[in-house]
Amino acid sequence: MASYATNEFRSGLKVLVDNEPCSILENEVVKPGKGQAFNRVKFRNLLNGRVWERTYKSGESIPAADVMEIEMEYLYADGEFWHFMKTDDSYEQVAADGNAIADAKNWLKEQDLYNVILWNDAPISVSPPNFVELEVTETDPGLKGDTAQGGTKPATLSSGAVVKVPLFVNIGDVLRVDTRTGEYQNRVSK
Amino acid sequence: MATIPWESGSTAARLRQRADMLQRLRAFFAARGIWEVETPLLSRAAATDVYIQSIPVSLGAAQGEQFYLQTSPEYAMKRLLAQGAGPIYQICKAFRDAEVSSRHNPEFTLLEWYRPGFELQQLMDEVAELVQGLFDTGPVVQRSYQELFEAELSINPHTVALAELEQLLRSESEIGSTDLSKTDCLQLLMSYRIEPRLPDACFVYDYPVEQAALARVENNADGQAVARRFEFYCQGMELANGYQELTDAQEQRRRFAADIAQRSRLGLPTYPIDENLLAALDHGLPDCAGVALGLDRLFMLLCGEREIDRAMSFSLSRC
Repeated sequence: MASYATNEFRSGLKVLVDNEPCSILENEVVKPGKGQAFNRVKFRNLLNGRVWERTYKSGESIPAADVMEIEMEYLYADGEFWHFMKTDDSYEQVAADGNAIADAKNWLKEQDLYNVILWNDAPISVSPPNFVELEVTETDPGLKGDTAQGGTKPATLSSGAVVKVPLFVNIGDVLRVDTRTGEYQNRVSK
Repeated sequence: MATIPWESGSTAARLRQRADMLQRLRAFFAARGIWEVETPLLSRAAATDVYIQSIPVSLGAAQGEQFYLQTSPEYAMKRLLAQGAGPIYQICKAFRDAEVSSRHNPEFTLLEWYRPGFELQQLMDEVAELVQGLFDTGPVVQRSYQELFEAELSINPHTVALAELEQLLRSESEIGSTDLSKTDCLQLLMSYRIEPRLPDACFVYDYPVEQAALARVENNADGQAVARRFEFYCQGMELANGYQELTDAQEQRRRFAADIAQRSRLGLPTYPIDENLLAALDHGLPDCAGVALGLDRLFMLLCGEREIDRAMSFSLSRC
């Protein structure tokens, strides 16, 4: 199995730590003038998002993880899995489970593109684009001419997400939403 | 091959500032009657320090013989001291393989000086004066290694058990390596817990005997054997390393042999012992204190640069 020595460590490198795929976030060489050199490494576990540190003697190696990050098109959900397709004309499909889809679940729209991390060709995490455009499926009736007021109300989007929107928004409006904060940005069309 | 930038990582104005620093340093030593020596960068012997790697070189002029670039001018300068040189200093290049970081370059400049008749305390004072003469470091404090560990971690570093050190370390960071020694643990705790909280200008002195290197081992006031060694930390950076110099040839030979045995165990290259140094110690090295100070780092502090590449003409990435 391929592996990386400490002098190859750099941020973004995908490695296996305790048999789980991790990404190196930071790598700092600790070198006391007269002593053994160490690498103090900060990792993110790609399965559960946990961030933590581990120290290695310089010169040691850790196994590489077969991890790829690609853009894929969302197709459909079958109740158990969420299906995505490669955009390289191979029509190859993968199925993400509830764990992998967690961050993107509220922001899914068929035919939109999502960042999928594959480990040994299986999806382990799906992240939505920073902004998505989704249709309002449920909200209280809009108040005409109330565009200047600061009030908000909840609106349910086609993906199932509930966001706070201005009072003038109506069912059927398409909204632009920041997926990082879950905040309404603007109305795209009617 | 990647394109190597032809320009210096520094600027002409910075480098003139560095020249000015060198001039002021030489004036400092001249005013104290310490004279400048030059010793060879090449040697048939190499430092045995387990964690310092020498760079081997071959010469056309001496076929079949292996030479090494010096990792410090210590051995050659001690030979001059044994010959009665008196107080001496040197500004020279030193080479250590596999050390590249924002504060390490494999080829770097050392300022090293020796003071016959000095106690470690006097040399610490002189180092502080030298640095204070270049820039304001803020108040200079002195802390024993033991004081620091007691204050921060409530342990006595000289007597603490390995298991307790490992436990303390694990509360800082997971450990991916096995077989950490007591010294490894102490040095990591020093880096992780103590160094970040050191005052801006701080001497750390009286090290555990395992970290003696070429320093004399003596009992402190509590009867604890300690290595008479200091490190000077400036703004969190290790700047200088000083010893009450070991003068006992037999003890020196024993430490060389122990280093070489450890090198073999770790699968590291082993180098010939410097018999010339041992012969000089046999002849008699005067009681003295000596210190090596990283000039590139000193200049980084002086001009406020955080990357060594910006404080020297051409770092490794540019040569």
